[in-house]
Amino acid sequence: MDRAEVDSRIRAIIAPFNKKAVDIADATTFAGDLEFDSLTVMDFVAAIEDDFDIIISMNQQAEIENYGQLVDAVTTMQAG
Amino acid sequence: MSEADMQTDLFSKFDPIIQMREGLLATGVEDPYNLVMEKVLSPTRAICNGRDTILLGTYNYMGMTFDPDVIAAGKKALDEFGAGTTGSRVLNGTYQGHRECEEALREFYGMDHAMVFSTGYQANLGIISTIAGKGDYIVLDIDSHASIWDGCALGNAEVVPFKHNDIDAMEKRLRRIPEGAGKLVVLEGVYSMLGDIAPLKEMIAVAKAAGAMVLVDEAHSMGFIGEHGRGVAEAQGVLDQVDFVIGTFSKSVGTVGGFCVSNHPKFEIMRLVCRPYVFTASLPPSVVATAATSIRKLMHGSNKRAHLWENSKTLHGGLKSLGFELGTDEPQSAIVAVIMPDLERGAGMWEALLHEGLYVNLARPPATPANMTLLRCSLCAEHSAEEVQTILGMFERAGKAVGII
Repeated sequence: MDRAEVDSRIRAIIAPFNKKAVDIADATTFAGDLEFDSLTVMDFVAAIEDDFDIIISMNQQAEIENYGQLVDAVTTMQAG
Repeated sequence: MSEADMQTDLFSKFDPIIQMREGLLATGVEDPYNLVMEKVLSPTRAICNGRDTILLGTYNYMGMTFDPDVIAAGKKALDEFGAGTTGSRVLNGTYQGHRECEEALREFYGMDHAMVFSTGYQANLGIISTIAGKGDYIVLDIDSHASIWDGCALGNAEVVPFKHNDIDAMEKRLRRIPEGAGKLVVLEGVYSMLGDIAPLKEMIAVAKAAGAMVLVDEAHSMGFIGEHGRGVAEAQGVLDQVDFVIGTFSKSVGTVGGFCVSNHPKFEIMRLVCRPYVFTASLPPSVVATAATSIRKLMHGSNKRAHLWENSKTLHGGLKSLGFELGTDEPQSAIVAVIMPDLERGAGMWEALLHEGLYVNLARPPATPANMTLLRCSLCAEHSAEEVQTILGMFERAGKAVGII
């Protein structure tokens, strides 16, 4: 799956979590722009993990601050 | 520019919590996190902020803090061995009393090894950070206690949380771990915020099928749950499947300290490699003497256990019929959590109860799940049946005064 496909799948997953209908670009941050609290992060990460059948450990999550970084990380993980 | 202007204030990051606290205290409410017990009259009563108060938030489940045998053992050890060890367990800090305390734990749990730490927090911190290393995976419940999270943060393993008590979510995460990686599943018997228990039987079966080692924190069940008071794993018949049980002396045992018991054949090496065990002073002789005496008495505490269950059922049922929203539908432990609509009314209710002469814990985010504000009640085997009725009357009056029921 290439980056564009991963992007479109994550866009579909993020929709129900994007309560304020923020326009999502690669630079959109989860904590700042999307105002995700820790519980939302957990549910959102779980949804991505289940969809792609991958693990995004908390150690890896700590490196992911914006949408683009998430798409990059998932693209790499599901290729492996 | 002066030096002060150039300096970044490292405390700026605490401004939101400072403002939240100031906002709360500005309403005139008594500070929930600054209570002083001027006198402690018994396991269930104290003079708090000048008032005679029933204690319903101390985790003193079995009321061992004033047990005459426990106190006598502590006084004797204080006289004979002094006020403190001034040393690490691996150097000059292991006294006869530490050995006897570990022996009492081995007998209590029927396990081969026991290791006593200076607090329960350090037991989780030490064992988790030491056994799960770089490249290993820790799979843990999202509602785990701070000491478990801090144990994960101190170590170098990959940390993978799953939704509270969700067997399926845990199974999926275990399945996705790369082949050959070490796996540690961390669970709790009783979750202290809502007082609910874990489906350990099912979860441990899944963990074992995935080839994981299992650590269970039984801090809130020791002495009370299970036929011998060994905890939720014993009650569900799976204690023999648990690789590491973590516990504390600061709840049912009635003093302070923490421990890990295990049947792992190599467990004793922990004493040399576990930094929160090595690089701190050991518990004072009086503390380990009180703990050992208390643990041995808890082995024969079945009558007290039965009375504590009665208390838990009465309080839970009574609060439910008064119209309070509770953390569990049925009483599952000696903790009954009353869910408050928000922090302000939670603090108001906490204060109203204190004025009635009742102390409970006000628990608020981030310590609580789902950002709830809770009034957490922990019962004691020394609460009389009449006292529980008195408590229910206090809750009714306070709840109506604050407008929660």
